[in-house]
Amino acid sequence: MSWRLWIPLLLFSGFLGLAAYQLTQPKDEFVESRMIGQPLPYFDLPAAADGLVGAKNADFADGKPRLLNIWASWCVPCIAEAPQLEALKQSGVEIVGIAIRDRPEDVTRFLGQYGNPYVAVGRDDLSEVQLAIGSSGVPETFVIDGKGVIRYQHIGDIRAGDVPTLLAKLQEAAQ
Amino acid sequence: MIAELGLAALWLAAALAALQLVAGFLAARADGETELAALIRPAAVVQGALAAVAFAMLIWLFAITDLSVKLVAANSHSMKPLVFKIAGAWGNHEGSMLLWVTVMALAGALIALVERRLPERTMQATLAAQGVVSLGFYAFLLFSSNPFERLPIPAAEGQGLNPLLQDLGLAFHPPTLYLGYVGLSVAFSFAVGALITRQVTSEFARAMRPWVLGAWVFLTIGITAGSYWAYYELGWGGWWFWDPVENASLMPWLAATALLHSASVLASRDALRTWTIMLGVVAFSMSMVGTFLVRSGILTSVHAFAVDPERGSFILALLALYIGGALLLFALRASTISEGERFTVASREGALVFNNVMLSAILAIVLLGTLYPLVTEAFDVRVSVGPPYFNPVGAIFAVPMLVVMTVGPLLRWRQDRLERVRNEVALVAALMLAALVLFSLLASVSLLPLLGLALGIGVGVASILPLRGRKLTRVPLATWGMVVAHFGIAVALLGMASESAFSTERLAAVQVGEATTVGPWAITLEGVEPVAGPNWTALEGRIAARYDGGEPTVIDPQARSFWAPPQQTTESALITRWNGQLYAVVGDQATDGRWQLRLWWKPFVTLIWYGGLLVALGGVLALVGRVLSDLKRRHVVKRMAERRKEQEALS
Repeated sequence: MSWRLWIPLLLFSGFLGLAAYQLTQPKDEFVESRMIGQPLPYFDLPAAADGLVGAKNADFADGKPRLLNIWASWCVPCIAEAPQLEALKQSGVEIVGIAIRDRPEDVTRFLGQYGNPYVAVGRDDLSEVQLAIGSSGVPETFVIDGKGVIRYQHIGDIRAGDVPTLLAKLQEAAQ
Repeated sequence: MIAELGLAALWLAAALAALQLVAGFLAARADGETELAALIRPAAVVQGALAAVAFAMLIWLFAITDLSVKLVAANSHSMKPLVFKIAGAWGNHEGSMLLWVTVMALAGALIALVERRLPERTMQATLAAQGVVSLGFYAFLLFSSNPFERLPIPAAEGQGLNPLLQDLGLAFHPPTLYLGYVGLSVAFSFAVGALITRQVTSEFARAMRPWVLGAWVFLTIGITAGSYWAYYELGWGGWWFWDPVENASLMPWLAATALLHSASVLASRDALRTWTIMLGVVAFSMSMVGTFLVRSGILTSVHAFAVDPERGSFILALLALYIGGALLLFALRASTISEGERFTVASREGALVFNNVMLSAILAIVLLGTLYPLVTEAFDVRVSVGPPYFNPVGAIFAVPMLVVMTVGPLLRWRQDRLERVRNEVALVAALMLAALVLFSLLASVSLLPLLGLALGIGVGVASILPLRGRKLTRVPLATWGMVVAHFGIAVALLGMASESAFSTERLAAVQVGEATTVGPWAITLEGVEPVAGPNWTALEGRIAARYDGGEPTVIDPQARSFWAPPQQTTESALITRWNGQLYAVVGDQATDGRWQLRLWWKPFVTLIWYGGLLVALGGVLALVGRVLSDLKRRHVVKRMAERRKEQEALS
């Protein structure tokens, strides 16, 4: 029997050992936005529809933590997250919205249908603000502290289970 | 109900795979003298049918967007176009594993139905081996990745499909690759079956060859399509990134290419027996190792599949069982397989052995480069291995292989003298030398692309030399296949070399209305406007491009934002001419209002993919040729038997 015939099995065992070791190592899965810890970029957006207030970054520097919610009336998951935003509002959270590439009449219709949890909604027709703050889609929600610094990014719609997390992050941002 | 039906079909198929295994084992112990042995072929056929039913049910669930099924809710969306709903069935972990098992079961059914060349005992052992492999994947699906799992409460809306995958090319890319991977599982089962019964003959190689050819054709198409997809969808302007996911399909292709050539030697000359068996095991092992690396999340990649250590452990256990088992069997049995025919170095076999060694070396290099980050990570050092390693190190072995490729097909089997092909060698060498001198004088081209251009021309000319002096209508299809495939390699090589030698790139920030240039092109940005699609919005640039002062062509590159799930993709815009492609990407807007444009002019880049398709076409021709000649042979054998019977009856 030739010893050479055992080489493939030996090499493969080495691979198995390495792979098994790597599988048991803990993985760093959390991907942090590069904007976290950065102040909000400058923006001053007009109101997204009649009867609403526009949004600007200066609003965030009054010492009170807020949520910044990126959304759009054409976005299906935004409908799913509407009840959670309402719940956050009920808990006394101020939410500033930015509507991405939207039409005033659609914004009005959406807020009439699913409720208006916002203290202000700015219109961002070219996604300029969205891209500037490192958001890549709708919906996305940022926790902003009292000095206007981004503290936390939530990607995707807010589920019921995410509400306590966001409240806790707001609490942290208040300190 | 549909989901339950699918699940039931899956369980039944698994049970039949178990039956194949048990019956095969008992039959092998009793030397085929057991009644159970008669069950093996029918079990394989029914198993294939049941797996197909399960997969059809999954496609149905996705087509009607049944949101009470967890997998559908997690990967689909009611607003998606139907074709992507259907593609969503395999555009995720569970669905793709079901596709894998389905193709494998159907392949098993096909062998059971048509394969009559092998000794019946080897056939039974092969189907039993196929049963073992399938059984592991059924267990994986049923215990850890059930695609038919229901949600306690149906979802209101699905979460969509990864936007990068919402592209026709990519929707059909994984199934193509899987057909390749799974075709190699058949070769693996053949190898294991032959090891068990110690019947490694040229008949065995002829039986295995169409499966390897078929798998190889699909792998070639899959890799070619995947490369073109990465090229136009990622918007990075490149066509091969040495990403672990890309390597995961390249490694089995390299092994399959080697296997194909070595099976040819075994089929024609009854040589290279152990080597062919070894490659049969290695080729499928590479498919599984690739799947493991991609699915377990232990390697990070731009294509990023599900990160899941539990599933990773399951696949690793399967790897240990199958590959470890096959290699153990190989170590124990291979020495009892006799060596087969001998040959001299200067012969067709000699050239093919050289090709095999070089392909194996390239495979080892790619595997090493892919695994290297894993090794260093074990010591807490994070590295990424990319083109600076793969390109030159791979070339060390690819270049001599391509040189031998120009001569190999001209040599005779078993024994030949190089002097006999002196004229051809001189012609090819002169052409390559001329190309080297010409290109190095004309432009400043670096060494590798220069070698690539020269070899591309040499291999291209050499690949058609075997047709010289022959009546073209008389040349067997299989030979045509070789000629076309080798010519395709030359074409692809020219494309690669030309792209890396002559590409020009321009990164510009321009106002609307402003112009810039790249290579022979004059580019004007005419506007940037938001546009909306069925499930995305985008910023679309309108660019007028003039080639060499000619009429403008308007193209619209986009930066797309999907919202379910949220993700941004780049839709590059291309203008394809006979002599190359203009490639344009629109980027962010700077604070002063100027837009970022990334422009490339890539001369003859399309040859890369035309070459890939030619290689695949060569494989198809060879496959058709082999199948046809097999059928003819079977017919002749039958006729001879009939005639003998008639004569016996007369006398």
